[in-house]
Amino acid sequence: MNPDYYLVLSAILFSVGVLGFLLRRNAIVAFMSVELMLNASNLALVSFSKVHGNLDGQIASFFVMVVAAAEVVIGLAIIVTIFRTRRSTSVDNANLLKF
Amino acid sequence: MNLLETTAPIAASGLYSWAWLMIAIPAASAAFLLVGGKLTDAWAHLLGTAASIASFVIGLLLFVDLLGATEGSRAVSVPLWDLITTGDWTIQVGLLVDQLSILFVLLITGVGSLIHIYSIGYMAHDSRRREFFAYMNLFIAAMLILVLGDNYLTLFFGWEGVGLSSYLLIGFWYFKKSAAVAAKKAFVVNRIGDLGLLMAMFALLTQFGSTSFVVVNQNAASLSGSWATIIGLLLLLAACGKSAQVPLQSWLLDAMEGPTPVSALIHAATMVTAGVYLIIRSHLIYDQTPTAQLAVAVVGTVTLLFGAWIGTSKDDIKKVLAGSTMSQIGYMMLAAGLGPVGAAFAIFHLLTHGFFKANMCLGAGSVMHGMNDDVDMRHFGALRKAMPITFLTFAMGYLAIIGFPFTAGFYSKDHIIEAAFHESVVLGSLALIGAGVTAFYMTRLMMMTFFGDKRWLKGVHPHESPMSMTIPLIVLAVLSIIAGAAMNNWIGEWLAPATGAEVEQMSLLSITPIGIITMLTVAVGVFLGWWFFRGEVPSTVPANSNVFAIAGRNDLYGDAFNEAVFMRPGQHLVGGVSWSDDHLVDGGIVGGSTGMVSAAATVLRRLQNGYVRSYGLTMVAGALLVGALIILGRLA
Amino acid sequence: MTFPLLTALGVLPLVGALLTFLVKGNPGKMLAFAFSLATLALGVWVFVQSGDLSETHQWIPAIGAWYALGLDGMGKVMVLLTVVLVPVVLLAEWHVGERQPGWSTRVFFALALLVEGLALFVFLATDVLLFYLFFEATLIPMYFLIGGWGGPRRGAAALKFLLYSLAGGLIMLFGVIGVGAHSAASADGPSFLIADLAKLDFSGGVGRWLFLAFFIAFAIKAPMFPVHTWLPDTAEQATPGSSTLLVGILDKIGTFGMIRLCLGIFPEASTWATPVILVLAVISVLYGALMAIGSKDLMRLIAFTSISHFGFMVLGIFAFTTQSLTGSIFYMLNHGFSTAALFLVIGFIVQRRGSARIEAFGGVQKVAPVAAGLFLVSGLSALALPGTSSFISEFMVMAGAWQRHPIITAVATLGTVLAALYIMLAYQRTMTGPLTEQVSEHFRDDLGWREKSVLAPLIALLLVFGFVPGPLMNVVENTAKDAMATLGMTDPAPAAVEGGK
Repeated sequence: MNPDYYLVLSAILFSVGVLGFLLRRNAIVAFMSVELMLNASNLALVSFSKVHGNLDGQIASFFVMVVAAAEVVIGLAIIVTIFRTRRSTSVDNANLLKF
Repeated sequence: MNLLETTAPIAASGLYSWAWLMIAIPAASAAFLLVGGKLTDAWAHLLGTAASIASFVIGLLLFVDLLGATEGSRAVSVPLWDLITTGDWTIQVGLLVDQLSILFVLLITGVGSLIHIYSIGYMAHDSRRREFFAYMNLFIAAMLILVLGDNYLTLFFGWEGVGLSSYLLIGFWYFKKSAAVAAKKAFVVNRIGDLGLLMAMFALLTQFGSTSFVVVNQNAASLSGSWATIIGLLLLLAACGKSAQVPLQSWLLDAMEGPTPVSALIHAATMVTAGVYLIIRSHLIYDQTPTAQLAVAVVGTVTLLFGAWIGTSKDDIKKVLAGSTMSQIGYMMLAAGLGPVGAAFAIFHLLTHGFFKANMCLGAGSVMHGMNDDVDMRHFGALRKAMPITFLTFAMGYLAIIGFPFTAGFYSKDHIIEAAFHESVVLGSLALIGAGVTAFYMTRLMMMTFFGDKRWLKGVHPHESPMSMTIPLIVLAVLSIIAGAAMNNWIGEWLAPATGAEVEQMSLLSITPIGIITMLTVAVGVFLGWWFFRGEVPSTVPANSNVFAIAGRNDLYGDAFNEAVFMRPGQHLVGGVSWSDDHLVDGGIVGGSTGMVSAAATVLRRLQNGYVRSYGLTMVAGALLVGALIILGRLA
Repeated sequence: MTFPLLTALGVLPLVGALLTFLVKGNPGKMLAFAFSLATLALGVWVFVQSGDLSETHQWIPAIGAWYALGLDGMGKVMVLLTVVLVPVVLLAEWHVGERQPGWSTRVFFALALLVEGLALFVFLATDVLLFYLFFEATLIPMYFLIGGWGGPRRGAAALKFLLYSLAGGLIMLFGVIGVGAHSAASADGPSFLIADLAKLDFSGGVGRWLFLAFFIAFAIKAPMFPVHTWLPDTAEQATPGSSTLLVGILDKIGTFGMIRLCLGIFPEASTWATPVILVLAVISVLYGALMAIGSKDLMRLIAFTSISHFGFMVLGIFAFTTQSLTGSIFYMLNHGFSTAALFLVIGFIVQRRGSARIEAFGGVQKVAPVAAGLFLVSGLSALALPGTSSFISEFMVMAGAWQRHPIITAVATLGTVLAALYIMLAYQRTMTGPLTEQVSEHFRDDLGWREKSVLAPLIALLLVFGFVPGPLMNVVENTAKDAMATLGMTDPAPAAVEGGK
């Protein structure tokens, strides 16, 4: 099967993730969009691995997964804390950290 | 061929190797009294006096030993330790006990001990008497380092040490603003003189690689003329600062703010003569340079007139004596500037002056003691009956300073005037005029203080001072009379090896024509002084004074000159530098660049708006831009 | 393998700092003080060692970086200075955290120990990269020391200090990379060891640029006119203890670096730049002194006197005679002690009055004679009165410099008169005169035993070395001679001695 299809799928997923991250206000959704981008890049990495015939890409994707898992832990914790204090998960409301 | 070249100092042995004790004892006593604090209050004055006397005893033993030694072994060097050894230089801390320094040692410790004894009574009611004695001991130690050091750097240690003790003692009553200001002024003006000594040492090191008197003297002949002149003038600058010679004279009059024993010891008898010592010590350098020698003589002559002028118009008894001190040191400088012929006379006059001036300063202190610390002679008068001992001793000092026949000053000062005439008629006549003026202002002082009517302020009951004060007065008075005759025939020969002077027989009784003229001039001065002040003396300063008196009262505008030429421009300079530091260096060059950075930051921080999604958009845009650039880069 | 004495010396205060951070309350303070004393003992032990203590281990072979420590005469006196000053500062700032809400005294102590350890490594490093790393690392604890305790605008002062130092560090980084690249291109391969770099030929344009990079960094550190303005601002706001650490120890890295790196690696460029540097040094001397006379704040005054003194040190370094170089190195030590004494005694006085403005004082000697007396002694040492060690070094600097540059030195000598003026003027205005009401109101007591024991060792050292500088001078002289050898210069011979030397 042509690996290009996987790359195209990866690109589509990544774009969906980017648009979701930029357009949605809900922190949970934005967060899921980030995860989507990470997974899109994982897909691309694995495809590259297939194309080049070595394992580098697959190993890299493992790293991404580990980082993503760690990120989920911290990110969700932050979101939950923000929700507790502000009763909202809108990313636009949490805008105090500025000039 | 110079005598000193042939007689290099011999190494110390026996008693001489303990010469450092002379310095160590008062130094240790000073340290002990300062660190010991209030615990030592009860007996501090006794310890201080004992330390000074101990130094005197050691000095006396050394002197007796030198008297018995052969001429070739009368200069003894006592090396102590290496101060600086680096590169090719070895600068030692060492002492040189020779004919010149031992006389100074006796003067310093002898007069110093008497003044210590006097101070026991004079300072009895001061709550800080302990500190006073500590500083006096510090002074004795420093002054001994000055005269005993065997090289210029060791001398400089003492030089600055006496400056420090002078500072501490002038400002002893620090709670008076005038005293504090006078102390600071003395220190700073002295420091200007020190500049000269410092630079002279640098030049000596450049020329000889050493500051030792022996090395410098041995090689002085190979010094190039211009360097000899430069070094000579630099040393003269140093001497001017320490000895209150024009143009660095302004501090001495203010220095009278200190307690009177201090004025007697430091600002009359010993420290202020250090400049003369320095010049005589360096006489082999001056021998190479007639220019610098002439400068010394001119400075001395100017100062001797300058000081005498001030002496004629002051009403403050201590300031009259201070002006007189300047004037007498002017005589010594003049003698020192005359070269080898004058050097011995300079030292001779220095010693006799040490006696009679200390005597008179202490006498003035005794008067002040009886007059509730008043110093204005217009409030004195008719004190000869109230204070007979003070009067009699003071009168002996008076006779000595005006050069009354066969008193100390008669021998020492007349020799200087005579030598000055031999050198140049101009210098001689000016010195002669100075002698007349001296007689005038001293007579004025005597008349206003001890004769005439009582002009005492209310509540003042003059009384004779206690024994501890009168005994030193009596001793000094006797010395003022006999010292001249005692040393006249001996001192020239004694000092010849150290000063390079030709030995000249000076008879006790023979009187030269110049001597007669001098006596006549002095008599005129005395007569004028008596004539003008024989009657009423107004108790306030008369308004219709002549120009000369007004100038004299204002110290011949020395302070005004300093203020206009140095202080004001200095203040403006400091102000200008401060302004430029704030506005140009910090504000302009450095501040400008920080200003640009902060202006840029003010604009750019707007990007930090707090909206996560706008950050995200920026990131995406950035990523796209980078991607686009990479792709375009590949295509190109 | 022998015991790594030098590493131990540097690590000991760092360990102490770490433990002090961990131990809460008063025991923490005691622990920090104990560690500073232990470092003092170890430092003195190192000082008296005569053998070769150097340690050299490969660190990053690819770029030729070494973990290399070594100690010459100059390093030894700087180690001595550092280990003596830190316990003194700790004792002086025993209650620093109690004066105002905020950080505790213990944190101050820990940071001071950090400064000590890092500074020791700077003085020990014989590898340029290692030197640079520790040079920059000292900024971190120093920043917090300035920003954490002191006057109301200490934050701004700390920032100014940091920015200046970082700017200097950045320029120096350029130089470090430059010498590294130059050595990598050489036949022996890359090495950052000073000894290896000294063998390379840095003459010509590139060497001069690299020299300038190092020199500018050190001139900011030292500090010299015109990049000095951070020091007065910092000294005004920081606590006296921090100022002591800063001026007494860290600023010495500037002059230390000039001798170690500028002269050591770039002898040709050093002689090339001499005329300009000497002029800047003399300007520093006079400018600092004039600013000190004009300052209205005691702490700023001391800072400006230091600028003047650093001018003398730089003058001595770039006059290139054995005497002036020896004097300069000795000056670093003496200036450390004398400025420390001055900062700390004035700190005690200012703390009682609650203000450092000169006009806020008057007649203090009446109520606090001991404090005033110690102020005077410290001041006299700052104006280089003979009998204090500062005089010996100032004399040697000027006398040495005179051998080559009489006129420039003569101008610099004016600094000694100005020094008398700034010390005596300040002393007269603050300590003497009639007792003012504002002073009698605030001064309840004279110095206590703790404060006296802070100043006593410093003043004792100043006096002892003032009369017997020989032993230290001999330690220092070797560095000066090495520098002269690197420069390929000899002392001018006396002009008027028959036969010469």
